[in-house]
Amino acid sequence: MSDPLIELRDIEKHFGSVIALAGVSLTVFPGECHCLLGDNGAGKSTFIKTMSGVHKPTKGTIHMGGKEVNFTSARDAIEAGIATVYQDLAMIPLMSVTRNFWMGREPKKKVGPFSFMDFDKANSVTMEEMARMGINLREPDQAVGTLSGGERQTVAIARAVHFGAKVLILDEPTSALGVRQTSNVLATIDKVRKKGIGVVFISHNVRHAMAVGDRFTVLNRGQTLGTAKRGEISPEELQELMAGGQELAELEGSLGGTV
Amino acid sequence: MSEVVSKTPEKDERVKEISRFRKAMIRPELGSICGTILVFVFFLLVARDSGMFSAEGVMNWGIVSAQFAIIAVGACLLMIAGEFDLSVGSMIGFSGIVIALMSVTLGFPMWVAIITAFAVALAIGFLNGYLVIRTGLPSFIVTLAFLYILRGLTIFAAIATTNKTIIGGVRDAAQGDWLAPVFGGKIFYGLFVWLADLGVIGKFVAGNRAGQPVVDGIPMLIVWAAILIVFAHILLTRTQFGNWIFASGGNALAASYSGVPVNRVKILMFMFTAFCATVFATCQVMEFGSAAADRGLLKEFEAIISVVIGGALLTGGYGSVIGAALGALIFGVVQQGLFFANVESSLFRVFLGGILLLAVILNTYIRRIITGER
Repeated sequence: MSDPLIELRDIEKHFGSVIALAGVSLTVFPGECHCLLGDNGAGKSTFIKTMSGVHKPTKGTIHMGGKEVNFTSARDAIEAGIATVYQDLAMIPLMSVTRNFWMGREPKKKVGPFSFMDFDKANSVTMEEMARMGINLREPDQAVGTLSGGERQTVAIARAVHFGAKVLILDEPTSALGVRQTSNVLATIDKVRKKGIGVVFISHNVRHAMAVGDRFTVLNRGQTLGTAKRGEISPEELQELMAGGQELAELEGSLGGTV
Repeated sequence: MSEVVSKTPEKDERVKEISRFRKAMIRPELGSICGTILVFVFFLLVARDSGMFSAEGVMNWGIVSAQFAIIAVGACLLMIAGEFDLSVGSMIGFSGIVIALMSVTLGFPMWVAIITAFAVALAIGFLNGYLVIRTGLPSFIVTLAFLYILRGLTIFAAIATTNKTIIGGVRDAAQGDWLAPVFGGKIFYGLFVWLADLGVIGKFVAGNRAGQPVVDGIPMLIVWAAILIVFAHILLTRTQFGNWIFASGGNALAASYSGVPVNRVKILMFMFTAFCATVFATCQVMEFGSAAADRGLLKEFEAIISVVIGGALLTGGYGSVIGAALGALIFGVVQQGLFFANVESSLFRVFLGGILLLAVILNTYIRRIITGER
């Protein structure tokens, strides 16, 4: 296997007296989909926020391309090639697809001393990138609010890919979606992976994870319970690791193995 | 990537074709365009022979509309960026008194007085924005505080220095100044003389201005309104900064995650609003030749109403400068038109409240369509 894109070693994060992360390690290789699984409160959100520069780790180091990096802001992480797609903060519904796609990185053209936004370029690139992800927009200036949840996630993913993300973090991209939309998003993840981008897929749904994941890391109460490769672990085992092997045991029978 | 990109969109059988008409309807300016047409039709029917649509009549409501437009433009961009400024009216009174105190009472040249007023206003706009950003309080509360602080300071400053709340003599102090005509002058005098010679507009028949056209130029107030409208419209719809304004108001957190400098955008918009208020104040002081501590009362609400009639959402992230300008036009035409139509002027407020309510209901409906909410 090639060198990892990003490596997080023994990350600890304390909020006052609360230990949110107690030594979590994770590597992401190019072209893999690394699933980060965990129940609510397991520390998934804290961990990806550390990875994307929102939080500074209390202890532990982050390495990219063999060098240690220190992110002081989300901006730093974005510039280093780490793009994060947040579940509910991916898009602004009242703005058009194009305006959302280019938000913060608008293409400009000069007319005399004035600098305008280059809408011709912005619109055509947006349409092209969206078509590549399998979404045919009616028009680039339709509001994001008219898109379905899955399409919104796809716009956000397409945007991250277009702007050269090396590591793409997806925060529960499928948790609010229906069956069809979920499969569309999973197909998009597959396309992104094939471009050599490392995908970190956060979920608490084992089935979604098993559908696209190459490796699986389970978080429980701020700790890693190990990383497993595809084929080395069954959905049932993953499920049990996530729940900490406790309460779910009794329900196993009636739920048919997975939740 | 060697995938074939299909250019023909797949049809989704569950999505109804949206008619061109309906699509044209879904725009923020819709309500104000309808309103403008309605208002003009109404007054053409009711007040046609009253002189409302003669040159003087047009200039009369044109000036009032331009006044509303100047402050509405600032309020519009600020509201789209997700904030309010309730201190606009007090800022108008404050800036006016600063100019009068500096020039008349303290004897500085007029241009120094005007530039000082703008500098102070921009600083207060910055402070407004900075406090909103740093405290995380709603701008409603922060600027409400400044509504009182500025008004109080204005009255205090006027009384403490001159024992009056009205400071006159500004016109004499502005005599021969290079900057004063930029706010108090008129342009296209020659054009209007020519039009009067052709008989298109009337001339005074008696008095010391006999022979001069009744309308002798476009006041700078209207020019300022036009410049601000065009500038703000292009800024909002055609530039990167405009996209940042929409994004900051649409969802500040999502915008900042995408690298939009939300705080800077918001503070600059507070400063722009203060700038517009000071343009208004300076034009008014030059026109009246005096400054009064109670000028600009309730202007903040009139600005906000114009913006809302123009289709902006109170929650931010959506709106139009052209809409706000049309809202200001409706405002001016109705306020002056009721006078021409000999209607009791108190009914103006009834109209105001009514149209505000209608506009908000229409806006909510439009937002549902564009965001697909049900």
